[in-house]
Amino acid sequence: MWLFGTGVGLLVSGGGVGLLGRRRLVLILSSLLAMAGCLLASISAIQVLVTGQSWEERLAAGILWADWSVGMDALSAVFVVPISIVVAAASWFSIGYLDGAHYLARRAKIVCWFHLLAASMLLVVTARNGLFFLMAWEGMSLASFFLVLTEHERVAVRLASWIYLIAMHLGAASLWVLFLLLGRGTGSLDFAQFSAASAPAGVVFVLALVGFGTKAGIVPFHVWLPEAHPAGPSHVSAVMSGVMIKTGIYGLLRILSFFDEVPAWWGWTLISIGVVSALFGIVFALAQSDLKRLLAYCSVENVGIIVLAIGVGLLGVSHRHAVMALLGFTGALLHVINHALYKSLLFLAAGSVQMRAGTLDMNRLGGLLRQMPITGAAFLLASCAIAGLPPLNGFVSELAIFLGILSGLVGGEAATGLARIPLAIVALGGLALVGGLASICFSKAFGGIFLGTTRSAEAECAREVSWVMYSPTVVLAVLCVAVSVAAPVWPAVLNGAVRSVMAVEEPGASAEVLTQVTAPFTALSVSMLILLLTFVGLAWLRRRLLSSRGVERSVTWDCGYAQSVPRAQYTPDSFVQPVVTLLRLLLRPTVTLRLPGGLFPTGAEYRSRVGDLLQQHLYRPVFLALAWSAAGLRRLNQGRIQLYVLYIALTILTLLIWKMD
Amino acid sequence: MVTWTGIVQLTIALLGAPLVLSMINRTKAMVAGRHGQPWLQPYHDLRKLLWKSAVYSRTTTVVFVAGPLASCSVAVVVLLFLPVAGSPALITFPGDFVLVACLLGLARFFTICAAWDTGSSFEGMGASREVFFAALGEPALLLSMTTLAVLTGETSLSGIYGSLGWSVLLSPAGPALLLVALSVLVVYLAENSRIPVDDPNTHLELTMIHEVMVLDHSGPDFALIHYGAALKLWTLGMLLGGILAPLSSNGLWFNIAAGLAGMALLGFVTGLIESSMARLRLLRVPQFLIAASVLAIFALVLVLR
Repeated sequence: MWLFGTGVGLLVSGGGVGLLGRRRLVLILSSLLAMAGCLLASISAIQVLVTGQSWEERLAAGILWADWSVGMDALSAVFVVPISIVVAAASWFSIGYLDGAHYLARRAKIVCWFHLLAASMLLVVTARNGLFFLMAWEGMSLASFFLVLTEHERVAVRLASWIYLIAMHLGAASLWVLFLLLGRGTGSLDFAQFSAASAPAGVVFVLALVGFGTKAGIVPFHVWLPEAHPAGPSHVSAVMSGVMIKTGIYGLLRILSFFDEVPAWWGWTLISIGVVSALFGIVFALAQSDLKRLLAYCSVENVGIIVLAIGVGLLGVSHRHAVMALLGFTGALLHVINHALYKSLLFLAAGSVQMRAGTLDMNRLGGLLRQMPITGAAFLLASCAIAGLPPLNGFVSELAIFLGILSGLVGGEAATGLARIPLAIVALGGLALVGGLASICFSKAFGGIFLGTTRSAEAECAREVSWVMYSPTVVLAVLCVAVSVAAPVWPAVLNGAVRSVMAVEEPGASAEVLTQVTAPFTALSVSMLILLLTFVGLAWLRRRLLSSRGVERSVTWDCGYAQSVPRAQYTPDSFVQPVVTLLRLLLRPTVTLRLPGGLFPTGAEYRSRVGDLLQQHLYRPVFLALAWSAAGLRRLNQGRIQLYVLYIALTILTLLIWKMD
Repeated sequence: MVTWTGIVQLTIALLGAPLVLSMINRTKAMVAGRHGQPWLQPYHDLRKLLWKSAVYSRTTTVVFVAGPLASCSVAVVVLLFLPVAGSPALITFPGDFVLVACLLGLARFFTICAAWDTGSSFEGMGASREVFFAALGEPALLLSMTTLAVLTGETSLSGIYGSLGWSVLLSPAGPALLLVALSVLVVYLAENSRIPVDDPNTHLELTMIHEVMVLDHSGPDFALIHYGAALKLWTLGMLLGGILAPLSSNGLWFNIAAGLAGMALLGFVTGLIESSMARLRLLRVPQFLIAASVLAIFALVLVLR
């Protein structure tokens, strides 16, 4: 308790220190305070995970009608650890990132809001009272809103932050209703006294899905993500995309923990939303040319995978299939941790690239691996991990989800009464397709940015960032590897958290189920070790063979054409063109095409941009209609004082008549 | 769990895989009325490449070197999971076919990165096609394997292929098995860059898919690529042969003989396919691959009904 409290206190005080001035020392000091705070918070969380003893503390009762109680159980701890790690890494990165002239004038603001965002995230996942939770939630939304608004002089940034603010408040509105409904029965907003009986379960589930889903970025509530993530500074995007959207997942799991029994349709709803989000997210991600927009859409994909896994877990619970439930929830929680690690790494690396090469348009980058080897290597590792390729951590969680689905489908132990055909086709087929598409997306991102030759002049003079900026990406990369090496321990480590969400099996059977769940991961580790040894062995063989012979350097094969220019390379956009063409009805790319013409053609132009389908064809018309109808109300508001007095009198009259009996 | 059966199977695969290429080439030559290359030609090619020096493009980095190493080591590791005609493999765990499918993805990812690394338009184009077709093929493979898993009640490759037999093929589930076999055949042709998806014999860069991605590799790197491709052909061939000719018994040598006979037959059939049809237009290839997924889904529905 004290560790955690001090940690949050250090984060807040770091924010205060950040306001002290523009000197570098201030920046370093506030970052160190944040890192110390994160260290303490994560120690207290790891304590809870290791010992299995949760705590709960009532700080102050009755202030502002809320009992300010915080507590940490295994579920909170599973979220506190990645939040602390990512915040610490981003904070360390910001020492170098915010040092440039670009952010100098607004550095104090960024630092202050960043620390408040971090502290409020930690409070969101540990709050044990509805009103306190909503306050922390609101603090998180506002702090991140101001961070998105950092470069407010740009129209696009202002628009993005408005979209973000509106989305967050529409989501928060449904959360208010949700908590009031849950608290209605006992008259208290304490989580401990919430009972599922006081509200219709279906309504609670839908409200939670809308409210928390907006923060998490599931389709169709994802529209703010591709706008807000590219707008803010990169270390902020890393925190927002890596961990802030996961508080939505946390909220969903916390609400589920109030129920003992779940109907099967909840599982099916989550699975369908998850698959749609994952496919929609990855398809739009691979069509983007801006790296940060690509990463933002990819967050939609990963949140979709997490929601799908929760759905698999819920199906397991409602059909009393312990292995399926355990694998589903374990996969979901592990994917939360994994995505936090590699997504924040990718955003930090994007920040480094933007700082050095001056652009994030992948069609203007290329060949940066030679100039920025460490950032590039970290980016490669994270790309493999996020594409779900073995042996990295993304594959471990996806394997858990696959195994969960399979255990529900196959054999004598298959769940009874489960509709297996839709599960197999939607969940398994969808997940397989998402994996392949993610491979396209990230071979495009890594290959386009870091390999080949540089496509623009400004990227040509890019050089490696300072050690302050590349060390956090290295640390995150090492953690990604560590998670995958430790694959066999995760079912046991996350077991407590899974159990605090749902009772997945009959008491007494837990050890047996856990052994059954862990077995594949042990075999996975062994085979990955063999893979590594084979790779090293072949590398040694190749070296041996080449050592006695000369190795020549020459040009890339170009069919004998002598004057090859870098711009003639295949661009990232042309790389994904076949997919975009196949899915043109969904992606609706805006293409500008000017063909070379005349007897002596001089120039040609081709541009293709993919906007968001739902924003353009759903939200834009709806909000325009709202604005139009609101314009009608303006007539009531004419600025004449007599008219307002009349309104007041009418209101009082109406109230009196209503209450007259 | 290291068994003699597994070791013998692995050794045969490592030594015999290039022979399947010979089988395909001899068949094509026979149909065309030529004599064809010697049976051991793939081995001579490998030896020649291994003993050569290498030329690297100035554009390339260490990623270019990692590509062939990754694709070959993945192909070797995948063999550890591969049962031969019902005899269990060296490593087996529930759901290992997911790992196998994703390992093939890992090899592809690095091959594609190596292609990007050359900065060549040809290789970028090949990589773009390869990754696109593979993304469509992956669901077909996973759904097919899931169908087999549901059918046999096992979730590991060794378990699945150990339970398949003539009795399953002739049972009411037989049609589903044939659909799965068709689906896996498409994946086998696409993944091994065979006609009708890709033509391994083409000489025009613009029409190549897999070959163009490895244009700049030479010497030992190229040997690793060739060897890895032969192993991959062997792996997917065994997966396909195990469905259609499930001659499993308890005798190791009988199983191996059955597996080899199946492989030889498959090589012959592949040769016939390559001799008798032209490759599809590139725009038609996605439909061909999606059809494989649809077949797998039909099979799944039949089995789960």
